[in-house]
Amino acid sequence: MENLIALLVAAPLLGAVVLLCGGRRLDKAGHWLGTLLALGSFVVGVVLFLDMLGRDGEDRAMHQHLFSWIPVGGFQADVAFQLDQLSMTFVLLITGVGSLIHIYSIGYMEHDERRRRFFGYLNLFLAAMLILVIADNYLLLYVGWEGVGLASYLLIGFWQHKPSAATAAKKAFLVNRVGDMGLSIAIMLMFTTFGTFAFGDVLAATGAETSGAAAPVSEGKLTAIGLMLLLAACGKSAQVPLQSWLGDAMEGPTPVSALIHAATMVTAGVYLITRSGAIFNGAPDAQLAVVIVGAVTLLFGAIVGCAKDDIKKALAGSTMSQIGYMILAAGLGPIGYAFAIMHLVTHGFFKAGLFLGAGSVMHGMNDEVDMRKYGGLRKYMPVTFATFGLGYLAIIGFPGLSGFWSKDKIIEAAFAYDDGIRGWIFGGVALLGAGITAFYMTRVMLMTFFGEKRWQPTPDPHKDPSAEPAADGHGGEMPHPHESPKSMTIPMIVLAFGSVFAGGLFSLNESFVKWLEPVTAFEHPHPVISVPAITGATMVVLVIGVAIAWFMYGKRPVPVTAPRGSLLTRAARRDLLQDDFNHVVLVRGGEHLTRSLVYVDHTLVDGVVNGTAASFGGLSGRLRKLQNGYARSYAVSMLGGTAVLVAATLLMRAV
Amino acid sequence: MNPVNYLYLASLLFAIGATGVLIRRNAIVVFMCIELMLNACNLALVAFSRMHGNLDGQIIAFFTMVVAAAEVVVGLAIIVSLFRSRHSASVDDASLMKL
Amino acid sequence: MSDVVNAGFPLLTATAAVPALGAIATAAVPAAKRTAAKWLALFFSLVTLALAVAVGIRFNTGAEDRYQLTESHSWIADFGVRYELGVDGIGVALIGLTALLIPFIIVAGWHDADPQETGTATDSSVAAGRWRPTQGFFALILMVEAMVILSFEATDVFLFYILFEAMLIPMYFLIGGFGDRAHAGSDENAAAQRSYAAVKFLLYNLVGGLIMLAAVIGLYVVAGTFSLSEIASLRASGELEMATNTERLLFLGFFFAFAVKAPLWPLHTWLPNAMGEATAPVAVLITAVVDKVGTFAMLRFCLQLFPGASEWATPVILVLALISIVYGALLAVGQRDIKRLVAYASISHFGFIIMGIFAMTTQGQSGATLYMVNHGISTAALMLVAGFLISRRGSRLIADYGGAQKVAPVLAGTFLIGSLATLSLPGLAPFVSEFLVLVGTFTRYPVIGIIATFGIVLGALYSLVLYQRTMTGPVKLEVAKMPDLKLRELLVVGPLIVLLVFLGVYPKPVTDLVNPAVKDTLSDVYPGDKTPDPEPEVAAK
Repeated sequence: MENLIALLVAAPLLGAVVLLCGGRRLDKAGHWLGTLLALGSFVVGVVLFLDMLGRDGEDRAMHQHLFSWIPVGGFQADVAFQLDQLSMTFVLLITGVGSLIHIYSIGYMEHDERRRRFFGYLNLFLAAMLILVIADNYLLLYVGWEGVGLASYLLIGFWQHKPSAATAAKKAFLVNRVGDMGLSIAIMLMFTTFGTFAFGDVLAATGAETSGAAAPVSEGKLTAIGLMLLLAACGKSAQVPLQSWLGDAMEGPTPVSALIHAATMVTAGVYLITRSGAIFNGAPDAQLAVVIVGAVTLLFGAIVGCAKDDIKKALAGSTMSQIGYMILAAGLGPIGYAFAIMHLVTHGFFKAGLFLGAGSVMHGMNDEVDMRKYGGLRKYMPVTFATFGLGYLAIIGFPGLSGFWSKDKIIEAAFAYDDGIRGWIFGGVALLGAGITAFYMTRVMLMTFFGEKRWQPTPDPHKDPSAEPAADGHGGEMPHPHESPKSMTIPMIVLAFGSVFAGGLFSLNESFVKWLEPVTAFEHPHPVISVPAITGATMVVLVIGVAIAWFMYGKRPVPVTAPRGSLLTRAARRDLLQDDFNHVVLVRGGEHLTRSLVYVDHTLVDGVVNGTAASFGGLSGRLRKLQNGYARSYAVSMLGGTAVLVAATLLMRAV
Repeated sequence: MNPVNYLYLASLLFAIGATGVLIRRNAIVVFMCIELMLNACNLALVAFSRMHGNLDGQIIAFFTMVVAAAEVVVGLAIIVSLFRSRHSASVDDASLMKL
Repeated sequence: MSDVVNAGFPLLTATAAVPALGAIATAAVPAAKRTAAKWLALFFSLVTLALAVAVGIRFNTGAEDRYQLTESHSWIADFGVRYELGVDGIGVALIGLTALLIPFIIVAGWHDADPQETGTATDSSVAAGRWRPTQGFFALILMVEAMVILSFEATDVFLFYILFEAMLIPMYFLIGGFGDRAHAGSDENAAAQRSYAAVKFLLYNLVGGLIMLAAVIGLYVVAGTFSLSEIASLRASGELEMATNTERLLFLGFFFAFAVKAPLWPLHTWLPNAMGEATAPVAVLITAVVDKVGTFAMLRFCLQLFPGASEWATPVILVLALISIVYGALLAVGQRDIKRLVAYASISHFGFIIMGIFAMTTQGQSGATLYMVNHGISTAALMLVAGFLISRRGSRLIADYGGAQKVAPVLAGTFLIGSLATLSLPGLAPFVSEFLVLVGTFTRYPVIGIIATFGIVLGALYSLVLYQRTMTGPVKLEVAKMPDLKLRELLVVGPLIVLLVFLGVYPKPVTDLVNPAVKDTLSDVYPGDKTPDPEPEVAAK
């Protein structure tokens, strides 16, 4: 059974290689091949899952060693896979949602002439993401980590004839690289501290520290490693301060946003922190940092999500915020890990569903993304409306749906951070976030599916692919909203089912927590206030959030052009000015730095050398004047020279 | 007679020759002055030979004469061809060999 | 092959002699038969590759001997100069790299020096047989190959010095004589720039070489021999007495020459000029092959001959290497010329290599050696594709491109993979070496290691900016007519990319080759039982 693990990765990798190197011959069948291999990987995952279920909790972990990768002295990196309950959860999520999105893309990308390439990239992403979650050491994880970054780069920039897409792709990769720097430093620290970076050895060594046995590792070292891992997680999971790339990443095709920038890749940071739980358990300071980052991002994303008119960017803000919840939970230690992962899975369902719904809407609206130009779509797209609506109810935490079960647990755990003020603060932030979530999601729902039609004519993007979509609203044809083809609606329906039932299923008998317990450990949280009170409070803020949104966007008509808005709204539209800060400090500063360095290199470094050369040139220019061509002057110098020589000889004799 | 006197004479002749080379422009005169310097050297060599009591100096003087004869041949040829092309025997007119 | 590879056959000499003979043969081809000259040069380079493979097969990684396949003959007996050859794992790896890259360089430069293709031919000059640029171009390349390979094999300091200097001559003509046709200015301007670059290359390296000559003579005065093995045995028996200051001065003399060639900041400014003005294949020859002699010599000569002084100089050299890494990367970001950008990126990469060598850890030095190989392949891939791109549009300026991805997807794809290799993406070969260098440095010098890690962000910046500006966005008018890669070009880039992936996934063959040699080198610097691997705080089980 162990030997099947490599097959998980091999199938989509094969797809990527064949599709990307195969050339135009595969244009007709390429998308089927890609989808088939993704499904194949999912089937392998299910087989492994069933096999795993048949065994006891403690020895469910499987291991497959392929070959020695980088053996140099004490540095031994292997290509080896480890499949335990945590990895299994991810494998099923990735291959399952991944397969659905492959199917969806068959319809969504139907008119794109580069569809084969798109599926090649998607398969590449699946392979990299699977390597990330089943690697058995940090260096191999790093391969997957950067691999998904590459796939994300390629897919964000898929429509690279648009400069904005190319720029967004580059930005995503660069910001991620800053995070990757953290991961590589963390691996180096692990190597110097433990002499290894395999999960088993590192975590066992840290575990030994907390239990007081074996050689202790200083808390400072663990904190340093933890903070570096957090930096990595911030980059990949779009957490403050490295969150700026996620909004721009929405330039990519919508299935990509659903798969990579909502359901799977951006949650890699949560995986990393949960996987490294033993390290964080031994470093409370690092944990606190994780919780703070999670809490800040949770609010940040939610606020940004409230102000965006672009449906995908609003959802991107929401993603950021929900991952903030997960990171916060992961920072809480054993009381939070399982809930972080549980929310991750349910979020995978409903957020992928929401994005696919958004894609379906755009598909029907000539690729218009501005929600102010939607309105009243529920009659025209009933399936999309129903699935989107279920996803909406799930994300705001409507009782009984998936989001309710997972998010509520996180809020409880946040209140249990400690007995004092911090428990209140983090719990309060999580609670407030729930209210804002209800507000912005209701806003999206109302602006898109309810109210009056505010449709504007747009230029047809399929006729002229190089034209900017929705340039100014002049000319072009009116959109004719219609329900999307079956290949698109079926994945949405499946995901809607997940959004409704997954949370309840996981919470039945605490089955999900028990499933993960051998890997992540689990302690029951003891919040500062009673659990029913927290649930009640959550319901109250939820209702308040929905109500405010209804008063603002349901009762009153939505203006087609955005009002100026308050200072906060304007700032939130600009991602709370983070991009402006980046632009002024990093981009401008960097440009000045490189430009002045080019100048320095040319004038100073090269100048010294050229100056030396020039001074020799000048010297010889003077000296050559002695060579004047008059034979008699040469004779004088010869005579003079001889005289000097004779005089010198005589003088030396005399002395 | 004291051989040192011959050395004085040789020095005088050499100085006259050198001065001639430096101050005269006519190539023929310069050439003759060079010959004068060479012969001054010959005289000195012979005088030294006498003073030291061996024949080395006289042998070298013979060599010098042979070389001087060869030089006259080449030198006069150069001067003649120079005069033909420039219609002047002034050494200062032939100043093209410069950087 | 088996009857060739029997004992006593001077395999190492043959590996260098074949390209040298090839150079003579190619140069002798009559003017009209340009195509024959090309095929002849390719044939000789392939034979050299086969011999290099034979060297690799006959080299025994498990053997006790440090140098294998040794050859020794008296040469200039009066000064004790011997023709002594031998290879260790590092040498084998680099000979392999050189022999591997030359055929690609030849195929990539197939038309670069062809008067018919470049449009510089006047029929009379070709017919008269006076002017044979094609023959000269390929003969010079083979000449360089012969000298570089022999310098990787030389275990006699004087022999090495001669080769180190002599390879400047063919390189000078390659840079100055066969410039890039894609030049912004007029023809005279181009010629002036080219000869400036060639002279700059020559002068920089000559100055370095002269200082090294002084040090070589100094070494002879102190040690009484030029032979590495004799010096090693003298040192082992304690008979070699070298005052600390003498050792340091001699070390500096050697190091200066190698730092010019490598090149290390602030001695780097010749490289962008030379790489910018030379044709793309020659630029690859400079940075991927010839410059490796510099870093290789640091490992073989600086560390082995002057272990004490090497340790003494380590902090300064590490700082210079660090500056090279960051400075090269920042300048690459600021370049407007594609080839100069690649040149500055190379300066950054050479910083990594030198840092790895002087970190004095197993990981650092193995990583550095691996880096030399990987950098050779990745830069060759990127630069040659860039060359193909430039030859299509006739401009080196990044701003003249845009949207090429839409017009020539295969070209763009290979260019992207080359860029990704340059930014050390995991899964491609350079990642393995860069990470090893970083880990090796970090274990002994954490701060320097961490600052060097910024290099990976900057690397991503210049690579992706280059890709974005040339390949994406709206298609520019002049770019719209660009054809995609031809078969010949694909044959050059394809194998290089396969190699990049292979060595990224399975670098073990090279690390196995290099590890013993690195261990020997480190035991020179740390004689006795001092282990180069710092003990981790918690012993791994």
